[in-house]
Amino acid sequence: MASTISMPDFSLSPHVDQVGIEERASRVTKRSIKNETKINGLKLALNMIDLTTLEGKDTDGKVKQLCYKAQHLHDQYPGLPTVAAVCVYPSMVKTAKTALGDSGIKVAAVATAFPSGQAPRDVKIRDTKFAVDQGADEIDMVISRGKFHQGEYNFVFDEIAAVKEACGDARLKVILETGELVTYDKVRRASDIAMYAGADFIKTSTGKISPAATLPVTLVMLEAIRDFYYKTGKKIAMKPAGGISKAKLALHYLVLLNEVLGEEWMNNEWFRFGASSLANDILMQLMKQKTGVYQSADYFSID
Amino acid sequence: MATKTIIRKRDINLNGNGTHKDAPEKRLEVLKTYKIYIGGQFPRTESGRYYVASNNRNEKLANVCLCSRKDFRDAMVSARGAFGGWSARAAFNRGQILYRIAEMLEGRKAQFIEELVKQDSTRAQAEAEVNLAIDRLIYYSGWCDKYQQVFSSVNPVASSHFNFSSPEPTGVVAAVAPQCDSLIGLVSVIAPVIAGGNTCVVLASSTKPLCAVTFAEVLNSSDVPGGVVNILTGKVSELISYFADHMDVNATVYCESDSSVQAMLKEKGAANVKRIVLYDKVKWKSEDAQSPYFIYDLQEIKTTWHPIENIGGAKAGY
Repeated sequence: MASTISMPDFSLSPHVDQVGIEERASRVTKRSIKNETKINGLKLALNMIDLTTLEGKDTDGKVKQLCYKAQHLHDQYPGLPTVAAVCVYPSMVKTAKTALGDSGIKVAAVATAFPSGQAPRDVKIRDTKFAVDQGADEIDMVISRGKFHQGEYNFVFDEIAAVKEACGDARLKVILETGELVTYDKVRRASDIAMYAGADFIKTSTGKISPAATLPVTLVMLEAIRDFYYKTGKKIAMKPAGGISKAKLALHYLVLLNEVLGEEWMNNEWFRFGASSLANDILMQLMKQKTGVYQSADYFSID
Repeated sequence: MATKTIIRKRDINLNGNGTHKDAPEKRLEVLKTYKIYIGGQFPRTESGRYYVASNNRNEKLANVCLCSRKDFRDAMVSARGAFGGWSARAAFNRGQILYRIAEMLEGRKAQFIEELVKQDSTRAQAEAEVNLAIDRLIYYSGWCDKYQQVFSSVNPVASSHFNFSSPEPTGVVAAVAPQCDSLIGLVSVIAPVIAGGNTCVVLASSTKPLCAVTFAEVLNSSDVPGGVVNILTGKVSELISYFADHMDVNATVYCESDSSVQAMLKEKGAANVKRIVLYDKVKWKSEDAQSPYFIYDLQEIKTTWHPIENIGGAKAGY
């Protein structure tokens, strides 16, 4: 099947109309959403979260606590979904895997010298293989932004393909780090490269660089996914990450997703939020809807 | 050299009908928009609603924001956000900032007097009220780094511990300012709250809201960090229940004597064990309306057991 996909010239990726994209993205923030839809949207968003901890100071204890939280978001609210996955460094995969047991929550690991990606290819491959061997279900890799800026698209392409091969059965998320790509044209081009090279997900950011995910950048990537789907019939998933910490913003992303890719993508197989504090804000909004009373962070678990 | 033609304003015949142009010009006055104060900014209410404030002579004073529960929610978010920084400031620095508010108020005295006169005070009453407000701020400024010493204690205990209790700010205070005064009530409620390291959301007097908005401008120009004081205008009856049931409010201050509202506050406030502080008997213009106990009302007492060495069987000295 893959052999029937003809490789385009990435330097000919479509150009993006910056003003148009930003205008369109800003329009989804002005929708009125009725209560029932809002509650469904919030629960769906909760179910799409990759609960993330990616810090140098992460300990086994912190990861176990996060995994507990992933399974017990807010026990006072019966019938809540769990998050989609827990996202950690490769050295924490085993801890997370054990802590999550048979809950069905996936373990995602960032690999390939995250977040800078400045390491030789064999190191990146070993990093990936280590994470997969430890039991990671998903691998979040970073692209070599320096090489991309130098125009060495083949290098970037080959690297993604090599990591994809190292992933085996694990799904591969390719982080473009859009904050370092700067222009929408480059985001579009990097998205095309990643998808043709075998990415299962394209992901905006590491969360270590500002700006991280924004609505316009996500729109550019969603359109790239749509065009790729029309051309090849292959569905690619999307993961905006970083800076999404409010429930309202999460709903805006869902509106955007629904309008660009439609209902087929509206589940956690095809869309994820990379976030750490978003879950609590969504829980607070859900409890507000349930009790009619504005909530306080004091009554929710610490992230 | 080309001659330059200078066009003066009076040379232009504005009405174009040949009448003389030296008639005295009438200046179009610039009226102030009375907006609310949230997080150090002056937004309009998100609801887009307003009401007309008028005085006893039925003169229209201003269109004032009629705040909604969402404005209250937004104000709560910024008050909570500002709490960490404000409560962590050195007490002495909080005193300096309260003093600065008083200085700024002094500088804009005339404007406050004008507004009070518009809102049915005589000039003498207005001047006395503004002076009292300034003095009250100075009073609480002085207390900022002293009430802790007055309300702290070292407690006798039977074990080898140094045991002491000291006050800490309770958190975010939601207050309904006294409805009968425009300025002094507002200042008397806000000053002890922020002197004690709390942040607050205050609903101004709905019948006399002018000074509240102008006071927000004073706060804004006096080193008070954005979000420490948030001032809303609107109807007490519409917003009061949110003051009582918002889970992030740590204390609610209510200054009217409506007993059904008082009961509602206590009942709803129980959900997160808020402090409900009722000042229905305070005469805000009297001496009794200022004391360190107004600060104390919004403090939590923290007791610390600090182990001390028990040398050679000696008893602790405390």
